[in-house]
Amino acid sequence: MNTSIPSLGFAIRKRFQGGFVLDVSFEMDAEPGKVLVIFGPSGSGKTTLLRCLAGLESIDRGMIRFGNEIWCETGQRLNVPPQKRRIGYVPQEYALFPHLSIRQNVEYAIPRRNRLKESAWVDQLLSVMGLIALQDSLPAAISGGQRQRVALARALARRPRLLLLDEPLSALDAPTRTVLRFELRRRLKELEVPAALVTHDWEDALALGDQMIVLSDGQLLQSGKPLDILTRPENLTVASAVGVETISPGRRLQTDRGVAEVEVNGQRLWAADTGVQGDEVYVCIRAEDVTLELGSGTRSSARNHLPGTVRAITAAGPLLRVKVDVGFEVDALVTRQAVEDLNLAVGTSVRVGIKATAIHLIPR
Amino acid sequence: MNWDAVFTSLRLASLTSLILLVLGIPLASWLAFSRWRGKFLVESVVALPLVLPPTVLGFYILTAMGPRSPAGRWYETLIGSPLPFTFEGLVFGSVIYSLPFAIQPMANAFAAVDRSLVEVSWTLGISRLATFFRLILPSAKNGVITALVLTFAHTMGEFGVVLMVGGNIEGVTRTVSIDIYDQVQDLNYTAASQTSLVLLVFSFTVLAIVYWLNRRSSPMFWPATRQR
Repeated sequence: MNTSIPSLGFAIRKRFQGGFVLDVSFEMDAEPGKVLVIFGPSGSGKTTLLRCLAGLESIDRGMIRFGNEIWCETGQRLNVPPQKRRIGYVPQEYALFPHLSIRQNVEYAIPRRNRLKESAWVDQLLSVMGLIALQDSLPAAISGGQRQRVALARALARRPRLLLLDEPLSALDAPTRTVLRFELRRRLKELEVPAALVTHDWEDALALGDQMIVLSDGQLLQSGKPLDILTRPENLTVASAVGVETISPGRRLQTDRGVAEVEVNGQRLWAADTGVQGDEVYVCIRAEDVTLELGSGTRSSARNHLPGTVRAITAAGPLLRVKVDVGFEVDALVTRQAVEDLNLAVGTSVRVGIKATAIHLIPR
Repeated sequence: MNWDAVFTSLRLASLTSLILLVLGIPLASWLAFSRWRGKFLVESVVALPLVLPPTVLGFYILTAMGPRSPAGRWYETLIGSPLPFTFEGLVFGSVIYSLPFAIQPMANAFAAVDRSLVEVSWTLGISRLATFFRLILPSAKNGVITALVLTFAHTMGEFGVVLMVGGNIEGVTRTVSIDIYDQVQDLNYTAASQTSLVLLVFSFTVLAIVYWLNRRSSPMFWPATRQR
């Protein structure tokens, strides 16, 4: 094992009044700039997990390790307090100190006797985050995006070894969020610090994460690269948590040279077979992988061409979501132009095109 | 106007406020943050002066610090004079009597400081004690001011406990409120109405300041609570 790259490892078990149990184990290399996304629906325990890593929440049984330091080891009654873990913690809504100016917020962690010596460091943080002009303002007077940057700068001021961010984008309105998602990604990459980030939004997960763990009901369901989890969820809970639009029960009839023939409510589909266990399956199709065609006889690389009827057309950001009944309901994400060109309306007959590789099978 | 009485009252109120500030901050922060299950008992004791008749309270304080009680004897051997019917005894009684007026606003203000601010401070390496002085106390500033002002005003207007514990010694334990009582007993209504008016105006001003402070502070110091 490479000794220069610290690893983050934890095995945490914690029971709450009311019966909720958090039981998660995971380990990864935490090289600088790497972002671990802790993903899950609300109530899945992801914020609690982050708070355990920060030392703000005690655990019943288990351990937390970072590099060659042990932060928590219940067997030895060892629990390093949050003050001594040298982490940078950014909670939901950022929790800026309301009675202190932006600059005072950032230099809060620096002991008074070092303020003079460290003023260049604080200046550098403020300028990297674009906050120089705002340094004398109070937190109440600045925007949500600016608050996020103050919270980051404040967390970085004590030179943490690990950044912990709880829903860093959820306090922002939708347009700001899209812009800041990529800005945050760039900043996290540039920092010489690994990060763990909690989110329930799969667009955030996809944009920000190098590694991802999916939590549901206190359990770790799947881990891997965000794009892999998104396109190849391992089970129904993960598939619906990561926002797969079409999930329908079906039955695998046969597999031939890596392509499975699947029957879903009377329709025959061809799907790439990645070796799913058993023949009772769920068919997962992401709406952006579905194309709409008029007429018949279309020649394309898509293996599946299913005739159907448009059931609903709804807005989905700049695109439109078209629900088509092909024996089961399939969602397609298409441009407004496409809907006009194809003259689509509720009741129109269309053909749905899906590549076999875009159909993912999970066990039922 | 009996300026001696006014001066005695002012001196008593200032000393009581100062003592309750020093004693009250640790006690109030303990009440705000302790998770001890028996905490409600301490809260009840602190709130007792709110509901007990001042004469009952005064009676107990008097017997507790009189020469027949161990505490009273201990004080007498230490200082050389007994506590009842002295200015020091009056201060002791006033501190007990004004306890809830000092503790409750401070404890409420400490508890209202957003928990996530406190946690961020800890993760920034700041100890619990330093977090209290750098974050909680400044954020709860208006609660502390409210506590001070209420204690001061409450002591200015105190009557029953003062009469029981302090007696009515001119220039030593005769406060404004007792002076008014004396004037009425002597059928000296002009003097009584003058002194009463001074006390009324003073009390109203103090309360106006307290409510004004709290009106200004609420949006800033009661931020949205954190979601899980």
